[in-house]
Amino acid sequence: MRVLISAALLLATPLAFAAPADLTQSRIGFAMKQLGTPVDGGFKSFSANVELNPAKPEAGKADITIQTGSISLPTRDAEAEAKKKEWFNAAQFPTARFVSSSIKSAGPNRYQVTGKLTLKGITRDVSAPFTLKQQGALSVVEGVMPVSRLAFKIGEGDWTDTGTVADEVQIKFRVAFPAATK
Amino acid sequence: MNRPERYATPSILLHWLVALLIVVGFGLGLTLSGMPLSPTKFKLIGWHKWLGISVLALLALRLAGRLLWPAPALPGTMSPLAQLAAKGGHLALYALMLAVPLTGWLMSSAYGIPVVYLGLIPLPDLIAANETLAHQLKEVHELLNWTLALAVAGHVLVAFKHHFIDRDGLLFRMSLKQPRA
Repeated sequence: MRVLISAALLLATPLAFAAPADLTQSRIGFAMKQLGTPVDGGFKSFSANVELNPAKPEAGKADITIQTGSISLPTRDAEAEAKKKEWFNAAQFPTARFVSSSIKSAGPNRYQVTGKLTLKGITRDVSAPFTLKQQGALSVVEGVMPVSRLAFKIGEGDWTDTGTVADEVQIKFRVAFPAATK
Repeated sequence: MNRPERYATPSILLHWLVALLIVVGFGLGLTLSGMPLSPTKFKLIGWHKWLGISVLALLALRLAGRLLWPAPALPGTMSPLAQLAAKGGHLALYALMLAVPLTGWLMSSAYGIPVVYLGLIPLPDLIAANETLAHQLKEVHELLNWTLALAVAGHVLVAFKHHFIDRDGLLFRMSLKQPRA
């Protein structure tokens, strides 16, 4: 099974060149609800290769790898908990990865990306609207991807209770990368 | 035993309601502080916060009540010093009922976790997220809670002294029932 997933991942990997992101200008965060209370977090360590030419968005690509152990949450207790087996199981699944399969224009400077997100060894189709802005020599894509944490078994056992931690998690991404030259 | 004047009925009801909320909120705080993270702990933290915010809101009502309906006079049998101590003690209780929930709210803000009253009404963050400050506020919140527990214990003991030793009928000021003549 693991071999199959790895093979699928390999096939999904973009073969074309994509520019490494400027990580100082990029953020991967998330927002969720605990008993109706919005709680924010993020991942301090990730790498991203993004290519997007506004003239030809369908040729664009994104490949983002997140170090699950770099999770940040409001309290140290919560961070330690999030790395455990029931949550990200960072020891066994140290990385999460998103690989785009298509980028479509959705209006001026607006796009929709679809792709495969692999989290905790589970791969699911995901999709997110995002915007594109130029900041000097950088292109900045910014958007929010809604995901179901339970679809990826993030929060097992007692933690499957969505009354305490809601199922929907908003992944907030901002990736800055060198603007397309043509 | 003469029949002393009672507090206004709304003030009496608020006193006992807040007393109940404080006892439950304190018990919850004590319970959850030693618990490992779990959905149950999350729920307890939520309820603990809601109780604290309720105490804060009801405190505002109680203070308004004190302005509307002044407290009945203390028995003349109490010495001026005892009367002063009673007033000082009550003032300390009011100050703690303000400081305890407020430091809890501040602490939550400092951790970067907003307080959403009853899971429905988002309250503003009082300060920006700051982990060091959050830890310090946690210490202060705990210390103030123990101070409040001591103050409440003193309040109850002195009330019992009035009732069982002085037998001055002072407790009837806060009684939900009219004392028997």
